[in-house]
Amino acid sequence: MIQVPDKYGRFGSFGGRFVPETLMNALIELEESYAKFSADPAFQEEIEYLLKQYSGRETPLYYAERLTKQLGGAKIYLKREDLNHTGAHKINNAIGQGILAKRMGKTKVIAETGAGQHGVATATVAALLGMECKVFMGEEDTRRQALNVFRMKLLGAEVIPVTSGSRTLKDAGNEALRYWVSNVEDTFYILGSAVGPHPYPMMVRNFQRIIGDETRRQIVEAEGRLPDLLVAAVGGGSNAIGMFYPFMEDESVGMIGVEAAGKGVDTPFHAATMSKGTHGVFQGSMSYLLQDEYGQVTEAHSISAGLDYPGVGPEHSYLKDIERAKYVPVTDKEALDALKLLCVTEGIIPALESAHAIAHVAKIAPGLSKDNIVVICLSGRGDKDVESIMAYTEGADL
Amino acid sequence: MTTETTNRMDLAFRKLKEEGRTALIPFLTVGDPDLETTLDIISELEAAGADVLELGVPYSDPLADGPVIQRASSRALRGKVHLRTCMETALKARQNGSKLPFILFTYYNPVLQMGLDTFFAELDTHEISGLIIPDLPVEESEEMRRRSREAGVNLIPLVAPTSSERIERIVSGASGFVYCVSSLGVTGERSSFHSGVDDFIASVRRATDLPVAVGFGISTGEQVARFAQICDGVVVGSAIVRKVEEVIPLLENPATRSDGLLQIREFVSQLRP
Repeated sequence: MIQVPDKYGRFGSFGGRFVPETLMNALIELEESYAKFSADPAFQEEIEYLLKQYSGRETPLYYAERLTKQLGGAKIYLKREDLNHTGAHKINNAIGQGILAKRMGKTKVIAETGAGQHGVATATVAALLGMECKVFMGEEDTRRQALNVFRMKLLGAEVIPVTSGSRTLKDAGNEALRYWVSNVEDTFYILGSAVGPHPYPMMVRNFQRIIGDETRRQIVEAEGRLPDLLVAAVGGGSNAIGMFYPFMEDESVGMIGVEAAGKGVDTPFHAATMSKGTHGVFQGSMSYLLQDEYGQVTEAHSISAGLDYPGVGPEHSYLKDIERAKYVPVTDKEALDALKLLCVTEGIIPALESAHAIAHVAKIAPGLSKDNIVVICLSGRGDKDVESIMAYTEGADL
Repeated sequence: MTTETTNRMDLAFRKLKEEGRTALIPFLTVGDPDLETTLDIISELEAAGADVLELGVPYSDPLADGPVIQRASSRALRGKVHLRTCMETALKARQNGSKLPFILFTYYNPVLQMGLDTFFAELDTHEISGLIIPDLPVEESEEMRRRSREAGVNLIPLVAPTSSERIERIVSGASGFVYCVSSLGVTGERSSFHSGVDDFIASVRRATDLPVAVGFGISTGEQVARFAQICDGVVVGSAIVRKVEEVIPLLENPATRSDGLLQIREFVSQLRP
């Protein structure tokens, strides 16, 4: 396979750098600093140390025996990113970028957040490294994820509710970029997903590839071979690309990204960028995008704030077009059912985002043979979602 | 700029240079609050002494814009105004007798969705002399530059105080004028500019023979006069859009509409250097 991205940050026809000129030198500086420091063993060691001693890596690859039996088909493993410090895979990237910011001499960091997981991870790392932190969060999401707002404040971050547009993740991203344009000289933007202008999609992938690297080692230890299928939820797509990337050359390993179908891909209320989107430029890169015929970005919908995003990382668009990975939609209801299924079979409350991946496996596992091995990236834990699940089910008896 | 140019913007800058004047370049969000009013405002701006006009295409995610233009975009989008409507508005303004060169200020995605073939085929027939695409840096602009040249339209490059060694590359092969971003940040009025703004503009001047204009945050006659000393053009955007926003209640009432339009004209008149 061709190594992507190229020097322009292109993944095939996707990616690139579509930002105001004011940011260009900051992105070039970021790209150069990242290249310089990632070649420095001391930088890598510092990150590895924190991932191990602070976040608790490696995370287990857990054989979900009861879920496997219940579904009656393929053998299902869960990569337990939910057991990370702060409860999701987002910390992997926040530690990486935080250390990079420190090396670059920046004292202030900003972040965008949807579900709040990336915001919490960034606020955590900022506290750890003694940096000033501002988190941009759609006003709608500050309501859906009130607990995470409070967590960020406890950690000393300033949470800035964003009232423009649909008041969700995409608007938080816009506002973070706008703030960065004004404060580019002393501020580092810790971007939370594998999206945005080059080098972010590449850098976030590289900070998240530890998910796939560990999984590879662990599954070979447990099963003596590679898995047949990897399944992960895709909003912007950072946990999925982190899981997929180390397996890219292994042709026997299938990859499925699961996106949010909201109320259904045939309704206007979904976030199924791959199923329903077309090529477009959004938040700094070319990728699949939910938009109308005039190129206006349309609002996404998902019960999961972390998947409620009209764009997707450019590398995923590339993997879709070269048919290396497949992307499928899962509805709000299917995700909720899967969440309950995992709760009662395994005693694990997954994040609503991760529940989308479980839902797809629940659909296909029964049709797969018992010697098939499927690994699901359980990207985060569901504690943060309990309230919104209660609201959604209107307190109905589960 | 060749001597036989027929591009209306190039001709305007040539004339301004002969007269020793600085261009006043107002920005307007097309369709804010509605298309008919936009046409009326264009007449007012021309009467107030505008030399070149930037027509802002409303966009759902205007990354380079501050709150004032964001709100104007939302208002225009509620009226279903899009790229083609904006081009048609330019043509109508011309048919109404406007002599102003028109620059289309649009984010890249609406252009991509229209399709580059259609877009460039229609620019000339819609009286567009120039393009500003704020999210298309020079690295991504090769094809747009080539097509603009072929269509006889100026793709106006933006340079920022942070551009430093990029300036040479950005201005080489450019046409029309070079747009200097006055300070770090998004569009919107401000009381102070980047500390090195004069040196920055001087360095752009050294790098190009094209006219040099400045914009982002310029909102008062004093500020226009300050920059007129060192620039060939001054762009005023958010301050005018805010004025339009202020008088919307007047514009919407037939009894007070002409008063609203007059207030816009007076505001722009006092900006004239």
